[in-house]
Amino acid sequence: MINTAVSIFEIIGPVMVGPSSSHTAGAARIGNIARRICARDIKRVDFYLHGSFARTYKGHGTGKALLGGILGMSASDERIRDSYQLARAAGIDFEFHTVDLGDAHPNTVKIIMQATDGETFEVTGSSIGGGKVVITSINDMVVEFTGQYPTIITNHLDKPGVVAHVTSMLSSNGINIAFLKVFRQARGSQASMVIETDQEVGNDVLAELGALPSMSRIVFIDTDKQLE
Amino acid sequence: MYQFNHASELLQMCENHKLDISEVLILAEMEESGRSRDAIRGLMEKQYQIMKESIRKGLSPDIKSVGGLIGGNAHKLSVYGQEKGFCGKTVLKAVSYALAVTEINAAMGKIVAAPTAGASGIVPGVIVALQEDQKYSDVKAVEALFVAAAIGRIIAINATLSGAEGGCQAECGSASAMAAAAAVNMAGGSPEMCMDAAAVALKGLLGLVCDPVAGLVEVPCSKRNASSAVNALICADMALAGIKSFIPFDEVVDAMYRVGRKMSPDLRETAQGGCAITPTALQYAKRILE
Repeated sequence: MINTAVSIFEIIGPVMVGPSSSHTAGAARIGNIARRICARDIKRVDFYLHGSFARTYKGHGTGKALLGGILGMSASDERIRDSYQLARAAGIDFEFHTVDLGDAHPNTVKIIMQATDGETFEVTGSSIGGGKVVITSINDMVVEFTGQYPTIITNHLDKPGVVAHVTSMLSSNGINIAFLKVFRQARGSQASMVIETDQEVGNDVLAELGALPSMSRIVFIDTDKQLE
Repeated sequence: MYQFNHASELLQMCENHKLDISEVLILAEMEESGRSRDAIRGLMEKQYQIMKESIRKGLSPDIKSVGGLIGGNAHKLSVYGQEKGFCGKTVLKAVSYALAVTEINAAMGKIVAAPTAGASGIVPGVIVALQEDQKYSDVKAVEALFVAAAIGRIIAINATLSGAEGGCQAECGSASAMAAAAAVNMAGGSPEMCMDAAAVALKGLLGLVCDPVAGLVEVPCSKRNASSAVNALICADMALAGIKSFIPFDEVVDAMYRVGRKMSPDLRETAQGGCAITPTALQYAKRILE
C-alpha cells in the first residue's frame, strides 16, 4: 500500500494515554466526538461495545477512555484514568453493555446519550487503528467521517438550494471543502450534510450557517490537536 | 520536493543536497504540512519532553498496570544497573527506560506512540540513555527523533507499523530499526550507516509474532521493548564499526511486510497464539476477562 501522506508526527506520535492507540486513544476520540454531536449537558450515557471492544475493554481502559471523551477529555488527558469517578461527581450515569453489531468493524461502539433537556442522541463509531476513528452513524442516519479534518454536520430540510447556500457561504469565507456528503431520510424530509474542510471554521461562519432558513442544527467538530 | 517513499531516495537526496536525514525530514514535513521549520522543530521538542517525562514517571517503584501484570520492573533494573550487570551501564539504562515507558503506558499514563503505543519504549529508551551517558545536546537528541521518524515513515509507506497487520516485527521491529538509526546519527554516523543499522535491526527481529496475553499491552510487550532496545544499540555499534547490511533497508522492509502477510491471524494481536495461549496466560485471561 503506497500512502505518501504520512506525517512524521503520526510516526513520533500521537501523544496519548496508554495502553493502546486503537482501544484507548481511539475510544477517547469517539467519545469526544459524540459529546460534541450531543452538544448539551448529558445526564446518562450507555455504551454498547462490539467485537474486540466488547472482549477486552476492561484491560485496555476502553470504558474509561470512552467516558473521558464524553467528559470532554482528549486522548492525551491523564484524567482519563479517573473518568468513572469524575463522571459520578458530575452527576452523569453511565453503563457499559456488550453487544453484537453484526459485521461492524471489530472496534465499534454505539453510544446513546440522554441530555438533561430530555433529548436523546445516538452516535456509532469505530476505532480503526493508530488512534484514528470513523463515525458511521448519527441518530440512525448513516454518515462517514474521521474527525481528521474540521467537520461541519448540518441537520436541514431536504429542499433545493440548501447545499448551494452552504457551500457558497463557506467559499466566500475562504474555507475550502475537502469532502462533502449529503444524506437524507426521505425526499423533502430531514437531511444532513457532513462537510470536511481544509480550514478551521470560525464561530461567526457557523452562526451564519445556522441562521439559514431550512437549517435546524449545526454541529462543528474541530480537529484534535493532541492526536496530530 | 523532498518527499520520499524509499530509503534509496532519501539517501540520494542527502547526497545530492548535502543534507543530513533530519534536515530532509524537516523540509519534507514543511512541504506536506505547510508548517514552518520552527513549528516542526518545536513540536518534535515537545514530543521529546513528553518522552522524558514518561521515563521519569515510569521509574517509580509503585506503578501498577491496568491488567496487573507489570509495574516496578523499570525501577528494579535501574537500581540494579547502577552497581551491577553484564551489559554495561548505558545498555541497562536504555533497557530500564524502555521498560519505564511501557509500564507507564500500561498504567494509562501519557506516552508518545513511537511508532505505536505497544512499542513506545524503544526509541525514547535508546535516545535518552545515550543523551545522558554520552552528554549529547538536546538539539542532537531531537535530530535523532527526526531520523527515527524517517525510518518509521518508510516502513509505514511500504509495509505496516501495526501488530494486527504485521505482527510484533512491525511494531517492536520497526521501533528497534528507528532507534538504531537514531543512535548512529547521534554518534555522527553517515546517513548510509543509519540505514545499515536500521536494516540489521529489523532483520534481527524479522518474524517476531504479536501474542499479547489476554489481548493486553503488557506481556510480552513490555519486555520485548527491552530486548528490542538492546538490539538497536548492538546494531548501531555494528554500523558505526563499519559493518554493512548485506540486504539494503528497503528490501528488508519488503521482506518484513511479506512475512507479516504470511503470518497466521492467530499471531497478529488477536491473542490466539504464541505466549497468549500458554496455560499460564489462559488461566490469567479467564480470570481478568470475567
